[in-house]
Amino acid sequence: MSQSFDDISAQLKRRHRNSARLKWISMGALGLAGLFLVLFFADMLSKGLPAFQQAQVQVEIDYNEDAQRMGRAALDPEVSRLVSRTFERLIPVRMRDNPELLGTSETRWVLADSEVDQYLKGHRHKLSESQQATVDALVEQGRAALKFNTTFFTSGDSKMPEASGILSAAVGTVMTMLVTLAIAFPIGVMTAVYLEEFAPDNRLTQIIEININNLAAIPSILFGLLGLAIFINFFGVPRSSPLVGGMTLALMTLPVIIIATRTALRSVPDSIRHAAFGVGCSRWQVVRDHVLPLAMPGIMTGSIIGLAQAMGETAPLIIVGMVAFIPDVGASFTQAATVLPAQVFTWAGEPEQAFVEKTAGGILVLLTILIFLNATAVILRKKFERRW
Amino acid sequence: MSRHDSSRPEPGQPVTRNIDAHHELSIRVRDLNLWYGQSQALKNINIDVYQKNITALIGPSGCGKSTFLRCLNRMNDLIPSVRLEGLVEMDGRDVNAAKMDEVALRRRVGMVFQKPNPFPKSIYDNVVYAPRMHDLVSRKSDQDELVEKALRDAGLWEEVKDKLHQPGTSLSGGQQQRLCIARAIAVQPDVILMDEPTSALDPISTATIEDLMDKLKQQFTIITVTHNMQQAARVADYTAFFHLGEIIEYNDTKTMFSNPATKKAEDYITGRYG
Repeated sequence: MSQSFDDISAQLKRRHRNSARLKWISMGALGLAGLFLVLFFADMLSKGLPAFQQAQVQVEIDYNEDAQRMGRAALDPEVSRLVSRTFERLIPVRMRDNPELLGTSETRWVLADSEVDQYLKGHRHKLSESQQATVDALVEQGRAALKFNTTFFTSGDSKMPEASGILSAAVGTVMTMLVTLAIAFPIGVMTAVYLEEFAPDNRLTQIIEININNLAAIPSILFGLLGLAIFINFFGVPRSSPLVGGMTLALMTLPVIIIATRTALRSVPDSIRHAAFGVGCSRWQVVRDHVLPLAMPGIMTGSIIGLAQAMGETAPLIIVGMVAFIPDVGASFTQAATVLPAQVFTWAGEPEQAFVEKTAGGILVLLTILIFLNATAVILRKKFERRW
Repeated sequence: MSRHDSSRPEPGQPVTRNIDAHHELSIRVRDLNLWYGQSQALKNINIDVYQKNITALIGPSGCGKSTFLRCLNRMNDLIPSVRLEGLVEMDGRDVNAAKMDEVALRRRVGMVFQKPNPFPKSIYDNVVYAPRMHDLVSRKSDQDELVEKALRDAGLWEEVKDKLHQPGTSLSGGQQQRLCIARAIAVQPDVILMDEPTSALDPISTATIEDLMDKLKQQFTIITVTHNMQQAARVADYTAFFHLGEIIEYNDTKTMFSNPATKKAEDYITGRYG
C-alpha cells in the first residue's frame, strides 16, 4: 500500500520542525556571541576613547629665584594645584639646564592634573568646590581644554596618570616579538619540514608529533615557569628583559608555527613533489625550490597568528618579571622592559580613577594591532591562495 | 584447438619473440620482484627494453605496469613500504645498487606523469629549471636556446613563444602535458618514462601527443604505460602485457595485436576482460 503525499507530509512535519528549531538555536548562539562582542567593544570604546584626550591648561610660567628649588613657585598659586606635578617637577630641571631663563616668563599650554582631566570629562573626581569654580572660569576664558593626548603615545609608564603612556610598553612588545620571531620561525619551520618531508614514519616521530600537538595545549603560565627555571636560573639570561620574554614566548609559539607549517606543507600536492623528483631534484631541492615556496603563504599566515597570540600573552611574562613599572623606553634586549598586555595589567591594578581609561585605551591599542595582524594573515592567505 | 597450448610459457617466463636483435639494449630487467608491505606487486619480471623504440606496457588495472615503470627511475623509493629484489640494469650498471645515485639515474631517465603537473612557475622556468639545476646551462643565451629547442621538440614552441613568462598552469591540459614532455627532454635523458600520458586528455590532444611520441623516438627510448590498447597498437614498437604482477607476453606490437602467443593476452586484447 503506497502512501499519499499528504500522509508523507504529515510525517515530515516533525522533521521539518526539528530542523527549523536547530536553525533558530544556532542562529541564537551566533546572535548571542555577536551581542557579547558588540557589548565588549562598546564598553572598551566608551571607556578607552577618553584616554586619547587629555586636559591641558594655559599658564604663565615665571622663572623666578624660588622656582629654581620648587617648581610650583613659578606658577600662580590658584592654578598651580590644577597643573600636573610632573610638569612642576620639570621646571627646576629646565632652569638648571638653561640658566638664561631666570627672570623671564612665558605663557604655555601644559598638562593638567588628572583630577582636572576627570572633571572635564565628567567622570568621578576629587576637586573641591573652589577648584571646580576656577577650572570652569579657565574653560570660559579658553585657557583650559581637552586636547589630543600625545603624551599617551610618546611617554612610558608614570605614577601620574596624566603623564603615563604606552611607548615603553610598545617598544618592549616590538623587541620581544622580534626575539620570538627570530627564534620560533626558523626552528618551527625547519622542524615541520623535517617531520613532513624527511622523517621516516616510525614510533619515534609519532611520539614527537603527539608531543608537539600537546605542547600547543599547555597552559601558557607553565612556559613562564620553564623560562624562569631554564633561561633565567640556568642560563643566566637577565630577568625582565625582552630577550628572556621573547625566548619564553618563542617556546609557546613554536608548536603553533610547527602545526601551521605542517598543514601548509601537506596541502602542497604530491604531483609537484613527483614532478621535481622526476627531473632529478634531491630531496632538499624539492623542498627548497618547490614545496616551501608553495607552502609559504600558509606558513606566514600561521606564524602571524602565532605571533599575535604571543603578543597578547601576559601570564608567562609575569613569571619572568616583565610585568614591571618601566617609565623609560628600553634601549637594549637585555634591559628591563614591559609589553602592552603587561602594561594594561599594571594599570588595571592602579587605584586612581584616571587609570581606568588608560587601561581601556591600552586595550584598544593592543586590539587594533592584533586585528591588523590577523587581517594581514587573512589577506596573505587570500592573495596567494593557489589552485592546482 | 589451439596454438596457445603449444606455446604456453613456463611460469614466470614471458613469451618473448619477434624481438629484432639489431636494436641496442637500453634497460635489462632480470627476476624483478616487488612487494608493497606484505603484498607482492611484481613477480619475476624479465624484460629487455631496446633503445630508440617505444615500448608499451598494457594490462588490466592493478596489474603492476605503473609500479614496474617507477622501478626504472626509482620513484618507488619514495614509498616507504616498498621492498624490491632483482636486477634493473642500465648501461651495465645496477640502478638499485647502493653506489647508484638516484638523482643521477633520474637525470638519464626522465618521467612524464598521468596528470599534467607543470611546476607553478612560468613556461620558461618549467623548462629551464632542471638543466640549470644539473649545471647543463648557465649563460642566458644558452638557456634561451635550450628552452626553444626543448619546446620545439615537444611541439609546443609555436603556441607559447609569445607567452614564455606566463605560468605553465595557464595552458590547456594537452599543452601542459607537452610542457611536461619539454621539461623531461630538456636535460637530454636517454629514456623517457610515460605513465598513461594521455589518460587525462581529450582525443585531439591525445593524437598530438601520440604524433609527438613517434617523433621523439628518433632521439629517446620511450616506455609508456597505457590503458588504451588502440594507443599501444598505434604508437608502440613493442608491447608487454602485464597480468597480476607478471609479464605474460612481450612481443612486437604487430604480432601482439594480430596473433598473440598467449591465450590471456588474446582475451585481454579482444576485450574479454580488463
